Amino acid sequence: MATSLNGSKTTDIVGRAQALFDDLSFEAARQWKAAQPGRKVVGYMPIYVPRELIHAAGFLPLGVLGGGDQLEVIHGDAYYQSYICRIPRSTIELGVSGRLDFVDGMLFPSICDVIRNLSGMWKMMFPNVYVRYFDVPQNYRDEIGGNYYVNELAELLHDLGELRGKPVTDDDLRHSIAVYNENRRLVRDLYTYRAQYPWQAPAPEVYLILRAGLVLPVEEHSQMIRDYLAAARDEERARRDNCRVVLTGVFCEQPPLNLIKSLELAGCYVVDDDLLLVTRWLTGDVPIEGPPLQNLAHAFLHHSESTAAKYEPDLKEKGQHLVRAVRRSGAEGVIFACPSFCDPALLDRPMLQHVLKDADIPFIAFKYAENSGQMQPIREQAGTFADSIKLWSGT
Amino acid sequence: MTTKIVTSKSAPAKEVEKDASMVKQKEMMAAHYDRLTSAPETGEKVCATFVPGNLNELIMCFGLVNNLPEVNAIQNGLRRQSGSYVLEAEKIGHSEDVCTYVKSDVGMMAKGNIAPNGKKFPNPDVLLLSYTGCFTFMKWFELLREQYKCETIMLHTPYMGDGKITKNMIEYMVKQLKDDVIPTLERISGVKFDIDRLRENLRKSTRAEDDLVRVLQSAKNKPSPIDGYFGGIYYIGPIFGAFRGTDDAIDYYRFLRAEVEERLAAGKGPVTPDGDMPKERYRLVVEGPPNYTHFRQFWKMFYDEGAVVVASSYSKVGGVYDFGFRHDPDKPLETLAEYCLGVYTNRNLPQRIDMLTNYVNEYEADGLLINSIKSCNSFSAGQLLIMREVEKRTGKPAAFVESDLVDPRYFSAANIKNRLESYFQMIEQKRASARAA
Ligand code: SF4
Ligand code: SF4
Repeated sequence: MATSLNGSKTTDIVGRAQALFDDLSFEAARQWKAAQPGRKVVGYMPIYVPRELIHAAGFLPLGVLGGGDQLEVIHGDAYYQSYICRIPRSTIELGVSGRLDFVDGMLFPSICDVIRNLSGMWKMMFPNVYVRYFDVPQNYRDEIGGNYYVNELAELLHDLGELRGKPVTDDDLRHSIAVYNENRRLVRDLYTYRAQYPWQAPAPEVYLILRAGLVLPVEEHSQMIRDYLAAARDEERARRDNCRVVLTGVFCEQPPLNLIKSLELAGCYVVDDDLLLVTRWLTGDVPIEGPPLQNLAHAFLHHSESTAAKYEPDLKEKGQHLVRAVRRSGAEGVIFACPSFCDPALLDRPMLQHVLKDADIPFIAFKYAENSGQMQPIREQAGTFADSIKLWSGT
Repeated sequence: MTTKIVTSKSAPAKEVEKDASMVKQKEMMAAHYDRLTSAPETGEKVCATFVPGNLNELIMCFGLVNNLPEVNAIQNGLRRQSGSYVLEAEKIGHSEDVCTYVKSDVGMMAKGNIAPNGKKFPNPDVLLLSYTGCFTFMKWFELLREQYKCETIMLHTPYMGDGKITKNMIEYMVKQLKDDVIPTLERISGVKFDIDRLRENLRKSTRAEDDLVRVLQSAKNKPSPIDGYFGGIYYIGPIFGAFRGTDDAIDYYRFLRAEVEERLAAGKGPVTPDGDMPKERYRLVVEGPPNYTHFRQFWKMFYDEGAVVVASSYSKVGGVYDFGFRHDPDKPLETLAEYCLGVYTNRNLPQRIDMLTNYVNEYEADGLLINSIKSCNSFSAGQLLIMREVEKRTGKPAAFVESDLVDPRYFSAANIKNRLESYFQMIEQKRASARAA
């Protein structure tokens, strides 16, 4: 990108990820499906679905994240009032414009009422597609929430088996768990590397690499991360005098790529974020041995990310994940970027800000939409924030 | 069944006739707020919870007093106090984009937490986060927990994504009740759980529910003796609030039913703030909550035109009883689970569409009107599709107005009135062309 040499390896890899990002017709996924008869594609929205199940059925999990700032929304606005966020309308646009006509199933995770209601709309608008609202437990006891979740997973797995015409076996699942463990490890490596050397792995690049994982087969994506990490380590890039921030609130509707670029240009290295949480939702390896659904459930209950859509039973723990992210990544501040009209992000924000205040961590906040075009105000705000952080650290 | 009431001492003596049910409800509400605000003196413990998924029968088993933050927000809306509370909440960092019930509540706390009786609300001893039908509930009680630092119990109701209640959902909820909710309530209240007491409360609920359904369904008559939205809000008050499962609720609904039957026999229309409604000209089904800051003005736009709401989804938000569900004392925990699962906003969009279509047909309505609430994603996301679909299925015209629950900034009287007038014209045109055909 800006600081890498033309023709370098990172440029090539990022170029490929950028092409996947720009392609609103999902050509790569279409080609994957066309390559072999019987292949199916199952889409999913933020925030988390166990992609292992889709993979175990031999299908391609496809992340559907709205239309970004390049999609012209013609029909979608007729489905939503002006006071509802952008992602559902651009997702509807992707659907009604035929861009998702190759998708055989859609999963709508339990993240908020907008996505929840969209699941019903999808059922009505696309009656030939397998549609499931994917609920997850808000009770984290194994014998309560765990049991419920295992049964939900079993239902989903059963449906996926029906979709392919053959039940999915435990061994299929174990294999997929191993493949995704590997992918999550690599994503974590990438995040650790960026936290150490943010100028070597700029946030817009890391985002694109991660985002490619939502359309590519997981094995290919793992290879992409490996290649990118190797190439990034090999390159010497210019280091700016930027401060280090954690970017939060961006877990559903995607910020425009330009927004992420603007932050870095304004003097903020993003060293951690809650973008595309599905890629690292489970925070450790899921055991391969033993019953796979129970293992996935256990990981969900006890070793998964915290976010606004998930209940935090312990008041003392509320918001601590953000403090930990700051400490872990050596960040000096937090940027709250929340989609306009996003209940989860905006309702959670005051609580998180109180926790940051108590921990003496500076922050700023603004809102965006996936199609926000004007970056100047954000750049100015982030620039001032970066300056003040430098000033504080100087004193 | 009427009682003569003399209005407040300072006002010139003016006699208005109030139905016995209205008097009863006023007394019940006043007594409840007094009980709540005197909790610090009486030592009673307070449990805050939500209207949808309100487990009043269970809460009463532990002698806890039920406090419902949505009802407080409504009271603040009706008393025109919510506007300043919302602003206060925004001043202390809450976004202008989020649910105004939450902001009204948070703002009320910031400004001293004064109940409608002028006394201070007690801090809750427990927040029973009955999480059904709305994502905001989770954040709302996390926000309250941050302030009150009190124990919080999550009771997670799965969403009816496929439009059905599964065994897994019921088992999950019953387990939460048995292993989490009940033991925690026992610990907090110091009262041992008695399942027979729960059964008794549920038995009482059923009686009130039967009468409520009779009242709501009286609107199938022409003219309808009730307004199922504006009037309906009063009718659902006790059963959605702190009274389901009490003798008071049984009495209230018995009075109410008798009054409605009397009106029906006399061929009368609904009671409005300006007296009996004149001739019924339009019969509407309404989807979405009302606006509370301009409640009377909003209602007047309807009754002035002879428009009566014969059925509404909002009157089902704290429980859907008109398709047969009743609390069942024979399976006390399962029935609580079923109740939570079945509340209106926990139903998927196709179910909501079926329900509204059914209302338009069964109540022989002229069409569907949606009042879309700016800050309520639970109701509002998807309403434009609901509107088109119900229109398509019933062949009756639908219309869309927008306002907010308790934020007065989003009530534009002129806009709403215009839209309503055009809508009534549209209905007239439809009728004319039907006659011509
Ligand atoms: S952006 Fe926020 S409100 Fe909109 S769909 Fe996503 S989580 Fe829900
Ligand atoms: S249902 Fe709507 S109004 Fe009620 S709490 Fe949820 S978002 Fe707010």
